[in-house]
Amino acid sequence: MSLWLWNLVEALLMVGLAPLATALVKRFKARLQNRRGPPLLQAYRDLAKLFGKQPVLAEQASWLFRAAPYVIFAATALAAAIVPVILVATPLTAAADVIALVALLALARFFTALAAMDVGTAFGGMGASREMTFAALTEPAMLMSIFVLSIAAHSTNMTAMIDTVLNSGLGLRPSLAFALAALGLVAIAETGRIPVDNPATHLELTMVHEAMILEYSGRYLALIEWANQIKLLLFATLLLNLFFPWGMALNADAASMLIAAGAWLFKLLVLFSLLALFETWMAKMRIFRVPEYLGLAFLLAILGMLTHYILEVGA
Amino acid sequence: MSGISWAMLAPLSALAASVAGLPFSGIRYNRRRAVCVLLALSALAAIGAGMTGLLSPPSETALPIGLPWLPMHVRLDALAGFFLLVIGLLLGAVALYSEGYLRQLAEQRSLTPLYIFLPLFVTGMQGVVLADDAYTFMIFWELMSVASYFLVTFEHEQDANRKAGFLYLLMAHLGGLLILGGFAVLYAAGGSFEFGAMRAAALTSPWASLAFLLALGGFGMKAGLMPLHAWLPEAHPAAPSNVSALMSGIMIKVAIFGFLRVVWDLVGLEYADWWWGGLVLAIGSSSAVGGVLLALQQHDLKRLLAYHSVENIGIIAIGLGLGMIFAHYHYPTLAALGLVAALYHTLNHALFKGLLFMGAGAVLHSAHSCDMGQLGGLIRRMPRTAALFLIGCISISALPPFNGFVSEWLTFQAALMAPQLKGTPLSALIPFSAAMLALAGALAAACFVKVFGIVFQGAARSQAAAEAREVDGWMQLGMAIPAALCLLLGVLPMWMLPLMDAVPQALIQTGLGESAANGWLWLTPIAPERASYSPIIVLLALLLAVGIFLFIHYRTGEKRRTATWSCGHPHLNPRMQYTAVSFSQPLRRIFTDVYRPQDKLLRTDHGHTLLVKKLRYQVHVQDLQWRYLYLPIRRFSEWLTRHVDWLHHRPIHGYLAFTFVTLLILLGLLL
Repeated sequence: MSLWLWNLVEALLMVGLAPLATALVKRFKARLQNRRGPPLLQAYRDLAKLFGKQPVLAEQASWLFRAAPYVIFAATALAAAIVPVILVATPLTAAADVIALVALLALARFFTALAAMDVGTAFGGMGASREMTFAALTEPAMLMSIFVLSIAAHSTNMTAMIDTVLNSGLGLRPSLAFALAALGLVAIAETGRIPVDNPATHLELTMVHEAMILEYSGRYLALIEWANQIKLLLFATLLLNLFFPWGMALNADAASMLIAAGAWLFKLLVLFSLLALFETWMAKMRIFRVPEYLGLAFLLAILGMLTHYILEVGA
Repeated sequence: MSGISWAMLAPLSALAASVAGLPFSGIRYNRRRAVCVLLALSALAAIGAGMTGLLSPPSETALPIGLPWLPMHVRLDALAGFFLLVIGLLLGAVALYSEGYLRQLAEQRSLTPLYIFLPLFVTGMQGVVLADDAYTFMIFWELMSVASYFLVTFEHEQDANRKAGFLYLLMAHLGGLLILGGFAVLYAAGGSFEFGAMRAAALTSPWASLAFLLALGGFGMKAGLMPLHAWLPEAHPAAPSNVSALMSGIMIKVAIFGFLRVVWDLVGLEYADWWWGGLVLAIGSSSAVGGVLLALQQHDLKRLLAYHSVENIGIIAIGLGLGMIFAHYHYPTLAALGLVAALYHTLNHALFKGLLFMGAGAVLHSAHSCDMGQLGGLIRRMPRTAALFLIGCISISALPPFNGFVSEWLTFQAALMAPQLKGTPLSALIPFSAAMLALAGALAAACFVKVFGIVFQGAARSQAAAEAREVDGWMQLGMAIPAALCLLLGVLPMWMLPLMDAVPQALIQTGLGESAANGWLWLTPIAPERASYSPIIVLLALLLAVGIFLFIHYRTGEKRRTATWSCGHPHLNPRMQYTAVSFSQPLRRIFTDVYRPQDKLLRTDHGHTLLVKKLRYQVHVQDLQWRYLYLPIRRFSEWLTRHVDWLHHRPIHGYLAFTFVTLLILLGLLL
């Protein structure tokens, strides 16, 4: 029972810290570009302001348009609750494995795209079309890269996968390198960062995610923005805990938990500063270069699978 | 009465429905009601018999009809029971739906052919499933094919439908011929048409392989596996929507049943070579991805759904192929997992594809078109149909907490939890087909965002769509049943899987055993430490999260409605929306090599290129199989007929000479 409680705490931590994480990346980026950047609490203030505002709906918006933000947020939050953050053996990993994790994110995306199509503006349709096109390539790439680990662990349960990495060490496993590279590329695409999408733009015709939520306002927009922030933290945590799980708590005692929480925060800081560096250094791709980029991720993931089957069988 | 006697009630009531459909049957005034009630009865009998078949030992009997030396044998075992259950579940819903759907169709035209051939078609499917000798099997198989031909050509005044019907009949008979060939091989080995003898017969490896290939070709053609699927997207949309639901929902599953019966049961997997499973897996993977890629480029709702049937049959074939590979390498539990995944997807696909075709029928009925360019905004005109259709879309896109996700999850487990098949060419094939399965799932989600977004959302693109009205209660009920089952099977697979366990136990003598060993809350197909999924927890958590936020934020009367933001442009009109063609444009561009789209831009201007008067963009995507497989075959057969033509223009002694030579050759063969 206490484990379930701890799982809940971890989920709340993910949901609660998500705006901070996004603000942190923004801050790092601003510093790298010789700007001061908004204060870290600005993300929370923005959300609070949006929640307080009266939402404006288009005249022909249907019930789906109003229901979608709740589904998107719920699916993303549940996905965040599945990923082990501090403790390796959280009970929810048994209720939903990596396939369910990917599917929950897909559910959120499905509803985002449907909501975008609801009012019938050209922007919404464009965003939905592009998002679903890219998702058609990122989703299999993500599954395949995680499956490399699953096959090594003989399990799709995240706890078992992390355990395997912890016990066997990285060693000489070329397949994991492929998987890590693929999942990294996928994470950038899924969270809509440069070079795939630019979270800072609202005007360009090249935007994807922002085009889909253009019609939203007030608390609906707040929920979607928040879900998006959770997604960034979720992918960062997933990448770190699957491939670099060292420091995570194996037992639920206070000391190892504290160490694990510290390790998690430290790893996040490193990853986010890398992300900020990357985003400052790169420019956004043309929209029709993105499929090549995603195709690369998919191929890398398949190569990882094949490498595992050919080189590491029985290892 | 034993199980089999109950089971016979199903085809008998369907047959009675067909008789009731005859114009002189005396039930003049309410033939429609009589047919629908009898079909519903048949469905109930099929469900009951199906449960009996799954839960109790096989029972069989010989009917007092048939050839003098070969009475018809029927048998109800676990495999037949499962497929009867699938047939019954969808048939019941379709019978209710038909009551409403046919009522409005009757105003337009005579429905007598439908009343006669629809129940005959159902009788054929149920008969195939119950058959216990090759003769009975083929009789019912042909009944199913021929009756459905008349349903495909129901609206025969349209040229396209007649063409589709001819193609369908041609392919069905080619398939029938191959199946007959498969039975011939088994007859030669077993010495009897009865399945019992065929099952016991000892086969040599080349003969077993031949029987497998013939069965794969014959049943694959009926199931719509690539590259034998060409008839499917032509024939399924041509039929009335309630028939399309049955054809896509059940008929192609009967072909899966036939494949399982002949290859897994009669030939037996102990004769299987390693390449059998590999071949099925490869064909399944290419069907899954190829089907969904072509579906994405369709702009007719029913045609699009038909291509998705190709995709889903591919997913079923992936499960079967995995099962066959594992059975060959002696991993019976994993083989059972592959089989159960395939069967679960069979059941699920019957339900959600039936639901989607019925939804398409409702759209056709209310908005008078299935062309996505003419639809839009139906969620406001037909809210209940829209909600039910949405459930179908989520299910087929394999998203939790609905049933499509569970069967895809099981298939992934079968593909992933593969022990390392050392040193076989298959070790590279299995991860590749897992990748194809993932790709197909993601593309399907894209496709159904397009379907729902274009058809039900946005603004109406035609007058008819703007004036569409909600369909009647019977049609809603017909769609609500499969929708409810989609959710139920998605949330409670732990209840269904133990029931289905009888099928692998009958076919490969190994069950899945532990699928619910960790209690009713958990789905653990192999072992809990390998993989587990608890749909109930996922559903509850989703509901909880939605509920909390609704509770916090549900303040009515606070929302403001205003015109859609139009970037300052004064008049928004429906033609400014994204269309089905534009939605799939990025994918057309990415998969250019697969599609080879032929596009054309027609422009007229006022004497200068910048002063555009009218722009028209046309794009055509053709199934490449036509260009590279079907048309060459057609050209070859035409060439062949031209060159044997001279045989037909002989004088009488020429014919006599042919007869004499033929006799000589036959005698030579005998001696």
